[in-house]
Amino acid sequence: MKNILTVMKKELRRFLGDRRMLATLVLPGILIYVVYSLMGSAFSDVMGGTEDMEYRVLTHNLSPTVATITEQSGLNITYVACTDCAEEHSPEAIAESINEGGYHAYLVFPENFDESIATYDPALGLPAPEVKIYYNSSDADSATAYSTLLALLDALESSMTNRFDVNMSQDVTFDVASEEDVTGMLFSMLMPLLLVILMFSSCMAMTAESIAGEKERGTIATLLITPIKRSELALGKIAALSVMSLLGGLCSFTGVLLALPKLMGGEALGAVDASVYTVSDYAMILFIILSTILVFVSLIAVLSALANSVKEASTLISPLMLVVTVVGVSGMFTGGAQSNALFLIPVYNSVQCISGVFSMSYEPLQIILTVAANLATTGLFVVLLTRLFNNEKVMFKK
Amino acid sequence: MEPMLVATGLRKTFTLSRKQQQIEKSNQKVKVAVDNLSFVANKGEIYGLLGPNGAGKTTTLRMLATLIRPDEGDALLDGISVVNNPDAVRSRIGFLTGELKLEDFFTPNYLFDFFSDLHGVDPAVAAARKTELFEKFGIDRFAEVKVANLSTGMKQKVSLVISVVHDPDVIIFDEPTNGLDVLTAKVVTDFLLELRERGKTVILSTHIFSLVEKLCDRVGVIINGRMVACDTLPAVCDGMSLEDRFFELYKAHVAEEV
Repeated sequence: MKNILTVMKKELRRFLGDRRMLATLVLPGILIYVVYSLMGSAFSDVMGGTEDMEYRVLTHNLSPTVATITEQSGLNITYVACTDCAEEHSPEAIAESINEGGYHAYLVFPENFDESIATYDPALGLPAPEVKIYYNSSDADSATAYSTLLALLDALESSMTNRFDVNMSQDVTFDVASEEDVTGMLFSMLMPLLLVILMFSSCMAMTAESIAGEKERGTIATLLITPIKRSELALGKIAALSVMSLLGGLCSFTGVLLALPKLMGGEALGAVDASVYTVSDYAMILFIILSTILVFVSLIAVLSALANSVKEASTLISPLMLVVTVVGVSGMFTGGAQSNALFLIPVYNSVQCISGVFSMSYEPLQIILTVAANLATTGLFVVLLTRLFNNEKVMFKK
Repeated sequence: MEPMLVATGLRKTFTLSRKQQQIEKSNQKVKVAVDNLSFVANKGEIYGLLGPNGAGKTTTLRMLATLIRPDEGDALLDGISVVNNPDAVRSRIGFLTGELKLEDFFTPNYLFDFFSDLHGVDPAVAAARKTELFEKFGIDRFAEVKVANLSTGMKQKVSLVISVVHDPDVIIFDEPTNGLDVLTAKVVTDFLLELRERGKTVILSTHIFSLVEKLCDRVGVIINGRMVACDTLPAVCDGMSLEDRFFELYKAHVAEEV
């Protein structure tokens, strides 16, 4: 036991004292937060546009009805009547006033538009009065002005033939999904994938370095001629690596937790909020993360012990990364009742549990099964690693 | 004289890869590195294994140090078998070889404490031993410098000190002065003599005749994995210089095999 601690302390000292290693642990969490926040604010800019933008629209024969409803609906549109022109502008003049004249659109009504639409009868088969909106699709503001005007005129048209409305009441929320439901759906879809990938990569570099690296540099042989048991060496290393990976895993977890609401538009939309989960939900997640990290570390440790160099170890480990990703994606699709036996499959069980906890539909038994299965798997790998440490063909392949 | 280490009938073979077979122009899949090797090293003596490169010296030492298991035979260290009780043997031996490296990231000071802990040395004893050994080898001047930044000679001194943190009864040194300048080599050979003074058993392998002549009480000559001569230095030399005698033995045995 004392030897396990000695080995563990040495490993921790090795990694905690190495700034490069620490950076690889902490950076993914920070990066994902920064990147998702930037993406989120970029999305909301594109989707929402700038709220207080004032659109200037040059008009010809502006319909008083349209002017009134624009005002009533509180749209920020200023109509500027073209006073000095009796006729419509030429295409060149329109392009000039939109591109350089500071106008966002040029709106043309036929003469006496209000009367024409009041008396127009589709049954007569005559062409309907036509409104023209000139705009520049390559200019974001002009395009927004166009779509705003289009929506306004469409609303006017449909109100004229109005027979019934759908979801018109302003003071009723028709979407009965609660904040919890929206958050749960989003988190349970994205969290498992992001977490397993981030956990796996945080285990990967350090474990390969600690085992294949020591083998490559010949420093592990120095440990092997001391009287400590091979199992103590294996346990000490796996314990230390797990502590470090847990640190990395938690950094990534916090990063993702804070980043996802930002990605979905932040507080402005108010739909996604990590605070809907209770402390016990987070405790469950912590247990699952810890047991998963143990599986990852011990599995990668075994592969690293088989490799002769860090490079060779990475080659052996990278196919596993693909498998882990695929399993992580499975969290997005599966749902509903599942056989408890499935929770005995390492990694898959973690993905399902994380998904379950975040969608608030987990059973405690499933979490217990998951943690137990993961611990058993770790134990198996530790035994295997001890055997490899004892095998001279593996350790001294020269 | 009290025997400390008794090796009997040690044999070690390695499997050859197909490429290696082509290089050696042989159809044999197995290469015998050490063949039926027996010798005795007594308490308080320096025993030298002399042989050309590839003779099987290092393989023999690795078997004695329990890093690899002999295919046949056994060696008893003060009655403890390296095959059946390797953990106990490890706590009684110190092993120094080029293949055992120290981690670049740590300082000599930390590594000494770390290995003392792993050997279960009492902290007070370890501290006193550290002061003494660090002073003797001048390591105190670079005790807090990371191993990565040490010169070859400094590293070898640290390795040497680390290999004896637990004050072992038997010290096994593989080519202890390889790559060292004369000054550092002298420090190392003086230390070996001092260990003998203190009643320790030193087993060293080398291909340098002068080192054997200067240090060893008894010597074993290994050629192609076999012990061809094993006795006190004067008896092996048989009135000739060690170098002449070695070539004589080499010619006789290599010619015999061809």
